[in-house]
Amino acid sequence: MSADIRLLQGNEACAEGAIYAGCDFFGGYPITPSTEVAEEMARLLPRHGGKFIQMEDEIAGIATMLGAGAAGAKAMTATSGPGFSLMMELLGYGCMAEIPAVIVNVQRAGPSTGLPTKGAQADMMQARWGTHGDHPAIALCPSSVAESFSLTVKSFNLAERFRMPVQLMLDEFIGHLREKVTIPAPGELEVYTHPRPSVAPGEYRHFGDGTSVGGAYAAMGTGYRFNITGLTHDPMGFPTGRTDEIRWKMDRLRAKTDDHLPELVDVEREFLDDAEVVLFAYGGGARTAQEAVRLARARGIKAGLLRPRIVWPFPDQTVADALAKAKAMLVVELNQGQLIGEVRRVNQGGTKVVPVLRYDGEIITPDELMTAVEANR
Amino acid sequence: MITMHPSFEMLRPGKKFPTVWCPGCGHGIVQGAIIRAVQKLGIPRDQMVMVSGIGCSSRMPVYVDFNSLHTAHGRAIAFATGVKLHNPKLHVIVITGDGDALAIGGNHFIHAARRNVELTVILLNNNIYGMTGGQYSPTTPIGKRASTAPYGTAERDFDPCALAVAAGAVFAARGTVFGVVELEKMIQQALAKRGFALVEALSPCPTLYGRLNREGNAVKMIQWQKENTINAKAAAKLPPEKTAGKIITGVFHDAEVTPYTEVYQGIIDKAQGQKQ
Repeated sequence: MSADIRLLQGNEACAEGAIYAGCDFFGGYPITPSTEVAEEMARLLPRHGGKFIQMEDEIAGIATMLGAGAAGAKAMTATSGPGFSLMMELLGYGCMAEIPAVIVNVQRAGPSTGLPTKGAQADMMQARWGTHGDHPAIALCPSSVAESFSLTVKSFNLAERFRMPVQLMLDEFIGHLREKVTIPAPGELEVYTHPRPSVAPGEYRHFGDGTSVGGAYAAMGTGYRFNITGLTHDPMGFPTGRTDEIRWKMDRLRAKTDDHLPELVDVEREFLDDAEVVLFAYGGGARTAQEAVRLARARGIKAGLLRPRIVWPFPDQTVADALAKAKAMLVVELNQGQLIGEVRRVNQGGTKVVPVLRYDGEIITPDELMTAVEANR
Repeated sequence: MITMHPSFEMLRPGKKFPTVWCPGCGHGIVQGAIIRAVQKLGIPRDQMVMVSGIGCSSRMPVYVDFNSLHTAHGRAIAFATGVKLHNPKLHVIVITGDGDALAIGGNHFIHAARRNVELTVILLNNNIYGMTGGQYSPTTPIGKRASTAPYGTAERDFDPCALAVAAGAVFAARGTVFGVVELEKMIQQALAKRGFALVEALSPCPTLYGRLNREGNAVKMIQWQKENTINAKAAAKLPPEKTAGKIITGVFHDAEVTPYTEVYQGIIDKAQGQKQ
C-alpha cells in the first residue's frame, strides 16, 4: 500500500489526528479560526460511528464533551480565544472530576474579540491558570501541520493516561498553514486507551485505585455505578468536608503532573550542544525561529533552538540546562511576554533572558529574529 | 416483623444521609416519586444516569444508587446531552431547579428541547435560590419577597412547561408534592417517553421562600398547594373566574416526534453508506 500523503491545513490535520486516536465524540461551537476542526469532525465522525454535535455555545460544547467523556467516550472540543474564556469554568470541572478529553484552542489575537482571523500565542498563561483553584495542566503546542496531527494523537493519549482534559494549543498560523503530511499507517503511532476496571462492582471506587495516572476507570452502564461531582470528594466520588480527604484529593490532582515530569517533557533541540545564543520558541512562533537558527549558523553564530512541544507542565530542567550553557536565551513569543516569566523563574544563573515578541497579528520574521540574535551574540 | 422500605434498595447507604435538604423541604418527596417511577418501569439501575446542576435539588444524585453526575451550575442538560448521545442505551434523568434550569441554564434547556434529546428533566421548582440563601429566581412570582428582593421582585416569572413546549419538548407536565401520586405517574410517563420530557414538580421551600413571604410552615405550604392548584382537565370545565390566580397542574403536552439519537443514527448510516 502506498503512503497516505495529503496537503492539509493544521486544523484539518488536527481532526485527522483525533480520528486516528480513536476520538468518537465532538461537541463544540463555531468560532474563527478553529472552525475547520469542527467541520472536519462533523464529516469524519459519523463515518467512523462517532458522534458530532454543534451546541448552543462554547460552555455547552465543553459540557457535552465532558458528559460524553464521563460516559466513556474519547471526546473533544475545539475553540478559540473568546470561546476558550467561556470554557474556563468547566476546564476546572474536568480536572476535578478527572474526565479525559481534549480541548483544542486555535489561538487568535485578543483580548476580547481582538483579531479573529489573525494568530497569536496569547492564551498560554490562561491554559495554565485560567480556571479557578489549584489544578494540574497539560498543554501542547504544534509547530507544523504534521505535528498538529501527531500532537493531537499524543493529547488523547495523555488525556487517557492522566485522566484529565488536555489542551492542544494551536495558533492561527499553524491552524491555517497548508503543508504536506504523511498520514501514519494504523499502528505506526501509539494510541493509548485507559484500562477498564476488573474488580467486582462492589469493590470499585471511581477515584480510589491508588493512582491518578495510568489506572483503570469505568464507563457508565457497565455495571460500575459511581458518582462524579465538581465538589471536593472522597475516593468513592462523594462530597467531603474532611480535611484529610480534601488533602488526599488535592494531592492526587497535583501528583498527576508533579510526579510524572520526565514523561511530560517533550522538547525539540536543534544545534544546542555548543549554542551560545539559544532561541526558546514554540508553536507557530518556532517556525521562523528554526529558520533564524539556520541563518545564524550560516553566519558563524553559535545559535540553537529549544522548542517545547509540551509547554505545561513547563520543562524546568531542560530550560535550566540550556540556560546554564548559554550566554543568552531569546524568548520568542507571539504575545506581550508570557512563557518568558517561566524562563526567568528557572534562570538561576546570570544568563541573559531577552524577550523577542510580536503581537500585531503577524508572525515574527527571521530578519527580526536575526537582529535580536546579532544584538545578543 | 421489620421489612425494608421498598425504596431503600435504590438509595446509597452510609455517610450520605441525612440529606442536605431542610426539614419540610419538598425535594425528598420528589426523590421518592422518582424512585418509585423507576421501580415500576423496571429500568435496571446500571442503565440509569442521573445528571444534575447546582442547587438544593441538584444534590439528589448523591443519594440515589444510579450512575450519577453532579455537574456545574446550569450545565446539567448540556452534560446529559453528551451522555445520551454517546450511549443512547442509557436512561438519562436530569435533576434541576428553577434557577439552574431557567436562569443560568436557560439556553441549554430550550436547545435540548428543540433537538428533542431523550432526557427526562425533573425541574424541582421552589421559586427561590435555596442553596445560596433565598435570592429571587426566574419563577419567583412578581411582587414576592426574596433576600435580593426585600421589597418584592419587579420581574415576571417563567412558565417552565410553556417554555419547554414552545421550544419543542414532546412532553410537559406539572405536579406538586401534595399530589405526589399524580406526580409519580407523570414521572413514569416522562420516563417512558422517547424525547425531551419535562416534569415540573412544585416543591415548597419553607426555610427561605416560606419564611420571607410569611407562608407558614411546611404543612401550611403543602396545604396551600392543595388549595391553589387545579388539574388541567378540571380547569377546562370551570369558568375563568374559578381558575383565576390558580396554578394549573397535569399533562399539558404529549406528542410523538422522532428522538434526537435516532435521527443521528440515520446520519451515521448515511455517512457510512457514502464511505468509499
